[in-house]
Amino acid sequence: MYETLVAPFVEFEFMRRALVGVGALALGAAPVGVFLMLRRMSLVGDAMAHAILPGAAIGFLVSGLSLFAMTSGGLIAGFVVALLAGLVARATELKEDASLAVFFLISLALGVTIVSMKGTNVDLLHFLFGNVLALDDAMLAFMAVNTSVSLLALSVIYRPLVIECVDPNFLRSVSRLGAPVHMAFMALVVINLVSGFHALGTLLGVGIMMIPAAVARFWTRDITAMIATAVLTGIVSGVAGLVVSFHVSVPSGPAVILAAAVLYLMSIVFGRVGGLWRQLFPGRHLEA
Amino acid sequence: MQLRFKNLTLGYDRHPAIHHLDGEVASGALIAVVGPNGAGKSTLFKGVVGALNPLSGHIERAGIGARDIAYLPQAAEIDRTFPIHVYDMVAMGLWHQVGVFGGIGDREHRKIKDAIAAVGLTGFERRTIGTLSGGQMQRMLFARLLLQDARLIVLDEPFNAIDSRTCTDLLELVRRWHRERRTVLAALHDIDLVKSHFPETLLLAREKVAWGETAKVLTAENLLKARRMCEAFDEEAAACAA
Repeated sequence: MYETLVAPFVEFEFMRRALVGVGALALGAAPVGVFLMLRRMSLVGDAMAHAILPGAAIGFLVSGLSLFAMTSGGLIAGFVVALLAGLVARATELKEDASLAVFFLISLALGVTIVSMKGTNVDLLHFLFGNVLALDDAMLAFMAVNTSVSLLALSVIYRPLVIECVDPNFLRSVSRLGAPVHMAFMALVVINLVSGFHALGTLLGVGIMMIPAAVARFWTRDITAMIATAVLTGIVSGVAGLVVSFHVSVPSGPAVILAAAVLYLMSIVFGRVGGLWRQLFPGRHLEA
Repeated sequence: MQLRFKNLTLGYDRHPAIHHLDGEVASGALIAVVGPNGAGKSTLFKGVVGALNPLSGHIERAGIGARDIAYLPQAAEIDRTFPIHVYDMVAMGLWHQVGVFGGIGDREHRKIKDAIAAVGLTGFERRTIGTLSGGQMQRMLFARLLLQDARLIVLDEPFNAIDSRTCTDLLELVRRWHRERRTVLAALHDIDLVKSHFPETLLLAREKVAWGETAKVLTAENLLKARRMCEAFDEEAAACAA
């Protein structure tokens, strides 16, 4: 047991770094994922990840594998797309999902165009799948800051965000915070995805945001418990994925997401809230 | 006087749903707004609460700010699958007292409990909103209105698809608001209910058919006139000269 679960982390520094990295990711991204799921915006994370990719790629082209350049590129691309999509949705008849789809595709096309104009055949695999085993101090610090900012900001906007999710008309009738809160929330999606792409890549980074949220939905009907369950699921998947990848030598990023997927499949079957087992064998009905 | 409509035209995409409406809502009035579907009741309410800007004319609100208005829309866009308890949902009514960061102390907890008791939902506090029946949902929304403590309360068809007992209970709250000198506007379809509980009525059919004492407004002749009003939304309509 010790040999399998604990020894890799004790013996190897890169494993400890990876552990801290996925822990920070789960803490920041999973709560955001819960709100995305509850707002039926689960695929928005994926769309935003595509929007971020070109920004990061441009940063990479300009100054190589520099944390600062890639991160700012990603953040800028993400914020611009989120902002434009939100503005168009609020100012016109187009719904937010449609306008987001348009803008992330524009961002992606622009990114690909710019990359090909530069004429370099760079290896973008790093962006796509990240490298959780190569996190240096600067990246870890950056992820920790992002997670802290994300958790703080979420606690600040928590009350209006919940009202905006459950009854947006009511929030509109009592305050003008609806739009700013939504924008702040989208900004949180972006910074968590940017955090995620260093460890898991732009595409798989969405996984640590959405899969734990979907798992949590199967276990509780209380939003606080749901957030806690999602964070816990994220951390457990992180540890499990790292351990498996260490022993079986498969790529660690995908292993983390696959570990989360296993928890998801188990939740579908055994989940207390709407799981298949409960539906097939509900037990005798109650008196009232 | 609390509200004054001056040559008010409200609508969508230049098509009027309320056309050249004039009139006054006295402070403390209890007014039923009656009219067929498409008469402009909901549109008028959206204008009153400030969710829709007039196409022309205007609404004067004397000493009424956004926070003095409580509004129950017809089809509340509430996500009933959201994991939130009845208690927290009702507590939203305290928004203007507690805002984004304000704590909910003993005094607020007592207010919330009282409001839940007043609508007969005691014992349902920890239920998630997805488990409520239509009537219980409406009771919960009335509890939230109670906590909003507003001077002007706008109810858009509050008793639709509600059983008679719930209707009676909620109507008692409306009467209580009236006794407390709050102004209440309610869109209703049940003519008998209006006649027995609402002193004043505005009969709408895009234009004002009649407005005043309920017995004088809800005559057979006026109701027929309202029914004949054309619901058609004419794509080819010319610009209104008035």
